[in-house]
Amino acid sequence: MVKISKEEVENIAKLSRISLTEEEKAKYQTELSSILEWVEKLNEVNTNGVQPTGQITGLFNILDSDEVEKCDISREEILKNAPEKKDGFIKVKKVLE
Amino acid sequence: MKLNELDIVQAAEGLKKGEFSSVDLTQVCLEVIKKLNPEINAFITITEDLALNQAKESDARRKMGNSRGILDGIPVAIKDNIAVKDYPTTAASKILENYITVEDAFVIKKLKEAGAVILGKTNLDEFACGGSTETSYFETTKNPIDHSRVPGGSSGGSAAAVAADMCIYAIGSDTGGSIRQPASYCGIVGLKPTYGAVSRNGLFAMASSLDQIGPLTKTVEDAFIVLKELAKYDEKDSTSNKKGEETIQKIVDLKGVKGLKVGILKQGKVANVQAGIKNDLEKAVQKLKAAGAQVTELNLPILDYALAVYYILMPVEVSSNLGRYDGIKYGYSVALLRDATEGQASSKETVARNLEEVYFKTRAEGFGDEVKRRIMLGAYASSAGYFDQYYLKAQKVRAIIKKEIDDAFKKFDCLLLPTTPTTAFKISEKTKDPIMMYLEDIFTVPANIAGIPGISVPFGKEGNLPFGIQVLGPEFGEEKLLNVAKALEEADG
Repeated sequence: MVKISKEEVENIAKLSRISLTEEEKAKYQTELSSILEWVEKLNEVNTNGVQPTGQITGLFNILDSDEVEKCDISREEILKNAPEKKDGFIKVKKVLE
Repeated sequence: MKLNELDIVQAAEGLKKGEFSSVDLTQVCLEVIKKLNPEINAFITITEDLALNQAKESDARRKMGNSRGILDGIPVAIKDNIAVKDYPTTAASKILENYITVEDAFVIKKLKEAGAVILGKTNLDEFACGGSTETSYFETTKNPIDHSRVPGGSSGGSAAAVAADMCIYAIGSDTGGSIRQPASYCGIVGLKPTYGAVSRNGLFAMASSLDQIGPLTKTVEDAFIVLKELAKYDEKDSTSNKKGEETIQKIVDLKGVKGLKVGILKQGKVANVQAGIKNDLEKAVQKLKAAGAQVTELNLPILDYALAVYYILMPVEVSSNLGRYDGIKYGYSVALLRDATEGQASSKETVARNLEEVYFKTRAEGFGDEVKRRIMLGAYASSAGYFDQYYLKAQKVRAIIKKEIDDAFKKFDCLLLPTTPTTAFKISEKTKDPIMMYLEDIFTVPANIAGIPGISVPFGKEGNLPFGIQVLGPEFGEEKLLNVAKALEEADG
């Protein structure tokens, strides 16, 4: 029994913005299922009344002052890594057909 | 002894006495790298020009009497998920193959201020996702002790570079054991500091609530020296903790273990731990007792769940952090590719016709298998309908683990475990079954889950293969941890 269906694999690939071949879908279906089955172990732990934690630092709301700081990196330097650019901007393909 | 074989303390001594220059030391390391790297693949990029310039500057400073301290002029290797300005940072991924770094990571700024000589960028598992460097888009790094075996991972390149004496020390990152596990496999020291002690600014994020930068060194003393240089508060990292700088800068020297209470965790004695490692763990206990520590056994059954917690929380954070690699701002992109299928190289049809296709195809081609597996697992575990069952449940168990570990440190100064259940495995031995690979993290993951420091100290060997003993300390308890580690190092062999 696999834990997740092919449709679920297709859905999470879509959420992840990754296109998959049919072969990959089958492979990830098996692999992700076995990992999910293995982490089910956590159900053995009683977590009634436990507050979940997203981080363990004990720090609380570290805020930065709301001031504009000068950036040492030039626009040119930042743009040099962009695959497509035009007139000092990053260029993207059309969003709507 | 050849110059490249020196540790930090020895190299600093030689430089101070004028026995050799930083340029001499750097050149020897570069020669060894050039000789060994084609076989070992510890480095993705060798930054020869940078290294030689820094070495010359260091020598000039020393001549003028302006030396900056113990790390001035000493060559270091940097894991290639840490930003070094003007050079590539690839994170061992195709998606960043041609990325040129625009700013130094915080730790690199600190190392440069200390006068470090940067030799190059070391190999890792792609985005630090793996325990063997086999998921690197580039070559797999080989274990310098046995070339048919992995060096461990994800900081495998850094560990191999130190073990093969291609550098004097190295910097790595540890999300679930990525400094300690390769240190164990390569027979060197690897330290993961307390979460928040070292800024993550400029570390290419894998799982932000777990990632921590630390040193890989030849001795415990060296790990302490580098830690002191790195543990500085950084306002640009909202999880940087002032307590880290305060406690670590206060440590003057390592005084031994007399009177320290060390707990030996039962998990280290379970059946699937290699026999030699179990035996040596017992030896380690005896040596610590002989050195004046009180050692008693401790059972923390909740730790058996740390790995499962990790393999839910980590992928969720990976799937979020790696969302930024979309083929638009930097890195590999299909946006410029023309469709050249069926021999029509001149076809004007672009591979991606719209923005969405750029995302989907760039990420499909740019990421490797393990990274995709983690991104999708994370997307699933945090998606509507499964969030409570997986992500929330794991966060609750994490809270329990954190509390029980903190409670244990009310009774103990340090805890002891093997670093890994086995010695280095063969290349491609565990690539077919992801869970087999994940199980290698079983003893290292708890420190990341609880945010506490951990260090692997080389202790014994099975055949010719080394392994480490791991010491865990309380939050910001680096001093205690280093003292126990030093005692183990002195007892080694």
